[in-house]
Amino acid sequence: MQTVPRKRTGNGIIFSQKAAPYIFVSPFILSFLLFFLYPSISTIIMSFQEVLPGETKFIGVENYKKLLNPHFYAALRNTTIYTIWTLIILIPLPLVLAVILNSKAIPGRNFFRSAYFIPALTSTIVVGVVFRLIFGELESAPANTLLKWLGLPPQQWTMHWGTGMFLMVFLASWKWLGVNILYFLSGLQNIPKELYESAEMDGAGAFRKFFYITLPLLKPVVIYVLTISIFGGFRMYEESFVFWQNQSPGDIGLTLVGYIYQEGFMNNDMGFGSAVGIVLLIIVFVINIIQLKVTGAFRKEG
Amino acid sequence: MTETAKIHPVAKAVVVLMLSLFAVVALFPFFALLLASFKPSTELLRYGLNLKLQAHLLSFKNYIYLFQEGAKYLTWYKNSLIITAVGTVLSLLFSSMVGYALAVYNFKGRNVIFILVLTVMMIPTEILMLPLYKLMVSFKMINTYWGVIVPTMVAPIAIFFFRQYALGLPKELLDAARIDGCSEFRIFFSIMVPLMKPAFGAMAILQAMGYWNSFLWPTIILRTEDMFTLPIGLSGLLTPYGNNYDILISGSLLTILPIIVLFMFFQRYFISGLTVGGVKG
Repeated sequence: MQTVPRKRTGNGIIFSQKAAPYIFVSPFILSFLLFFLYPSISTIIMSFQEVLPGETKFIGVENYKKLLNPHFYAALRNTTIYTIWTLIILIPLPLVLAVILNSKAIPGRNFFRSAYFIPALTSTIVVGVVFRLIFGELESAPANTLLKWLGLPPQQWTMHWGTGMFLMVFLASWKWLGVNILYFLSGLQNIPKELYESAEMDGAGAFRKFFYITLPLLKPVVIYVLTISIFGGFRMYEESFVFWQNQSPGDIGLTLVGYIYQEGFMNNDMGFGSAVGIVLLIIVFVINIIQLKVTGAFRKEG
Repeated sequence: MTETAKIHPVAKAVVVLMLSLFAVVALFPFFALLLASFKPSTELLRYGLNLKLQAHLLSFKNYIYLFQEGAKYLTWYKNSLIITAVGTVLSLLFSSMVGYALAVYNFKGRNVIFILVLTVMMIPTEILMLPLYKLMVSFKMINTYWGVIVPTMVAPIAIFFFRQYALGLPKELLDAARIDGCSEFRIFFSIMVPLMKPAFGAMAILQAMGYWNSFLWPTIILRTEDMFTLPIGLSGLLTPYGNNYDILISGSLLTILPIIVLFMFFQRYFISGLTVGGVKG
C-alpha cells in the first residue's frame, strides 16, 4: 500500500469513523430532499391549485374533477393496454428464448444473444426515425411489402388505434426482448445442474423439467422482470412520441406521461398536469404494494 | 444432461430457424437505416423506403451533406458528448460513495436510507417533472448542461448496484488500513475504488447509455437549438414535410454507432451490469 502511515489526530472530522458514513451518503440525502421529496410534496400541493404565471390559488379538487374527460380516459386506457401487451409478450417469449439459448446444443447462441440485445442500446427516438420509414403509409414501405407477400392489405399504420397500439408494442418488444432474455439467462445459470440430472434419472422429460424445476426456481427473476415491465409500461412516452410527436389522431397514441407533458408544458396548466401525475403515482404505488404483499420481494433487504 | 441433450436434428433445425428469424427482426431496422442513409433524401421523401437495392440511387451524398451543412448536428453531437461524460463521471462518483457506505458502515439511519433508495428506484421520475422544472427555473438552470445533469446525478439504481458489489468486499482491508492511520476517505478512494473496478465498468456503460439516449428531461430543460442533444435535435427534424432527411437518416446512423462500438468492446460488463439486479430479490 502506497499510503503514507499517519497518526490519527482524533478530533479531525475527516478521520472520524462516526461522521464518515454520513458524509458518504450526503449526496443521496441532498438529492433525495431536493429532487424527490420536495417535488413530491410540491406535486401534491399543485394538484389542488390553479398554477398561473406569477400567482397560484387553491381550487380544491377541481383539477381532479377535470380528470373525468375523454383525453384522460384515452391516456389511461392506452397506457394500461400497452402495459398489458408488453407483459404478455415480454415475459413468456424471452423466457422460452432464454431456455433455448441456455442449451449448449444450440449453435451460435452467443451471436443470437448479442443480436437480440443490440436494439436495447439504441435510443428509441433515433431508431424511431427508421421505424417510421419501415411502417410508412406507401404500399412499397417495408412493412406493407411484407403484408402483401402474406396476402394482406396494406395499412396506414399511424392512423388507427389498433395498428397504432401495435406500433408502440412492437417497438417496445423489439427494444427490450434481449434485455429480458439476459435477466432470465442469469437466473437460469443460478439453478444447480444436479436438480436436472436427478430429475432425468427419475425419467422426467423436457416439459416436466421446465414446469417443475426451471419455472419455480426462476420465480424471483420473473417477479423482477414483471415489476420493471410494469413500471416501464406506465412511464412510457417515447414509443408514442416517435410516431406522433404530441398529437396523435383521436388520441390513439396518448399516454399518461404524454398527457402530463401536454397539460403541464404545452397548455401551461401545471395544476392539472400534477393531478394526472398524482393518479399515475397512485397507480404505481398500488402496484408496488400488491407486489410487496404477494412476493415479499424486498423483505430480505435492509 | 445425457440423453435429452441430444435434440432431434429436425427439431434443432426448426429452433435455429426460429432464432434466426428473431435475429433478422432485431437487426432489420439497422439494415434499413443503413440502406436509407445511402439513398437521396428526395427519393425517401417522395417514395418512402423500399427494399430494392437501386444501385444507381445509392451514394454518400447524405454523409457529405451532414458534414458540410450539418453544423448544428455536430453541435448536438458535442452537447451529447459533454452531458454524457460529465453526467456519467459524477453519477458514478456519488452513487459509488453512497452504495459503499450502505454496504460497509453500520450507522444509525442506514436502513432508512436504503429503503429511501429503493423507494426512489420504484417511482417513475416522470411524475415529478413539473415541479422539477419549476425548481430548475428557480435555480436558473434552464437551457444549461447542469439542468440536465444535476437532478439525475445521484442514480438509485447505481447506488443499489454498488451496494450489492461492495457487500462482497473484504472488510479486513478496511481495518488494516485504519490501523495504518488512513482516513475513511483515503480508504475509499485509494483502496476500495480500485477493488470495485468491475462495478465501475458496468455502471459506466449503463449510465453513459442512459445519458446518451435520454430524451424527455433534456427536452424540457434544453430550449435553444445550439444546446440540443442528438435525440432532441433529430426528433425536431422528424416532420412529415421536412426537407432534412439527409441529416436525419445519416445523422441517426452516426448517433447509434458509438454505442454499438462501446458494446462490442465491453460486452461482458454490459451483461453483468444488467443482470445484477435481476438475480437478487
